[in-house]
Amino acid sequence: MFVSEERFISGSFEELAMPLFDRLYNFAHWLTQNREEAEDLVQETYAKALKGFRSYRQGTNFRAWIYQILRNTFLTSRTGLKLASSISLDEDSESQNLPVSSDTPETLLLQRSDQQLVQQALGELAVPYREVLLLCEFEEMSYQEMSATLAVPIGTVMSRLSRARRALRDAVQEMQKR
Amino acid sequence: MACESWKGKLDAYFDGELSAADARALNEHLNQCASCSAEGLRRVQWKRTVQAAAHKFTPDAAFRARIQKQIASPARSSWSRRWIPAFAAATAVLIVGFLVVNFQQGRSGGQQLLGELTDQYVATLASANPVDVISTDRHTVKPWFEGKIPFTFNVPELQGSPFVLVGGKVSYLRQSSGAELIFRVRQHQISVFIFQEEKLGHVAVKANVHSALSFQVKTWQQNGLRFFVVSDAGSYDLDQLSELIKAAN
Repeated sequence: MFVSEERFISGSFEELAMPLFDRLYNFAHWLTQNREEAEDLVQETYAKALKGFRSYRQGTNFRAWIYQILRNTFLTSRTGLKLASSISLDEDSESQNLPVSSDTPETLLLQRSDQQLVQQALGELAVPYREVLLLCEFEEMSYQEMSATLAVPIGTVMSRLSRARRALRDAVQEMQKR
Repeated sequence: MACESWKGKLDAYFDGELSAADARALNEHLNQCASCSAEGLRRVQWKRTVQAAAHKFTPDAAFRARIQKQIASPARSSWSRRWIPAFAAATAVLIVGFLVVNFQQGRSGGQQLLGELTDQYVATLASANPVDVISTDRHTVKPWFEGKIPFTFNVPELQGSPFVLVGGKVSYLRQSSGAELIFRVRQHQISVFIFQEEKLGHVAVKANVHSALSFQVKTWQQNGLRFFVVSDAGSYDLDQLSELIKAAN
């Protein structure tokens, strides 16, 4: 049976992209912090990904590829640009391979913190920390996949993740003190 | 190595990013050191708390439908538009008649079969000796099954993928023997069961993906063999591993 190239591409894209829909939306909502903006972001991501699907190399990591599109689309959006101009991460010190400090007895308190508190703290984290935590803990991406998605070296992924974990713990502790 | 150094590796360990040798060494240390073991437990609990908290937003059905429509295949030709509905309706009448007869028997058989497989998956998870042949080398695992099961299959090349082959063992379903291959992806275990399609009889396992007791089961038929991929990992991981297995067979 003859199947046009356009239909073949569209069908393959749908098979790969739709299983990721719920998770992409969750990630987009965490980035934008707004339902309408998250929907716009996901819609634009799917449109761009479908258009650029010919350039996607079969057999490579589709998930990292589409998350990268979503993230780049967010960073060039009005909200993304506004956030980027207000955030300054010390990328030089990020490249150092930081040891993970051992936890204090305060950690015990953190285990009892409720989910809402963690959600609130996560929502207030700087976007680079929020996204690396989401990709690691929720998406369960490998460091290699995160490196591809965030377009940074693996060493930076590791140190940023370490800082993000520390920042989240500190933020939850601060909230508990209030 | 001092405990502080071990603790510095805990996050990478629970992220599944330590080398096999380091992971083994840390695992041994955790078995002997109460302090590091307690710290490890706290890290896992915290990781799970963040994971659960991160799952916060759900898209609504209308939005999903809009995206689905946006990326769906382009419209068919005018000939198809005229004739396919009529043809489909006629075919549907025949198919529905056939299915009604077979549905009850098939569905109960299929559900029972999937239940048995998830039981076997959980038994493997809980077992102190989950595999009979322990090897990450596909060239060791495949020959081990020779003479033990009445068919052969190929183990996929996993280099460059996030999956690790743990080993395999003989499995039984509907009084016939088959293979169970065990893979690991990060902290999840995935079992791949392979049986002869004809030995499973007439059961409703034609659908691609099932959820049984919260486990994902992906199944397909290929070259007379029926493959079942069972895990608590995400559907993306199951899809990726299934593609590798399909390509190898």
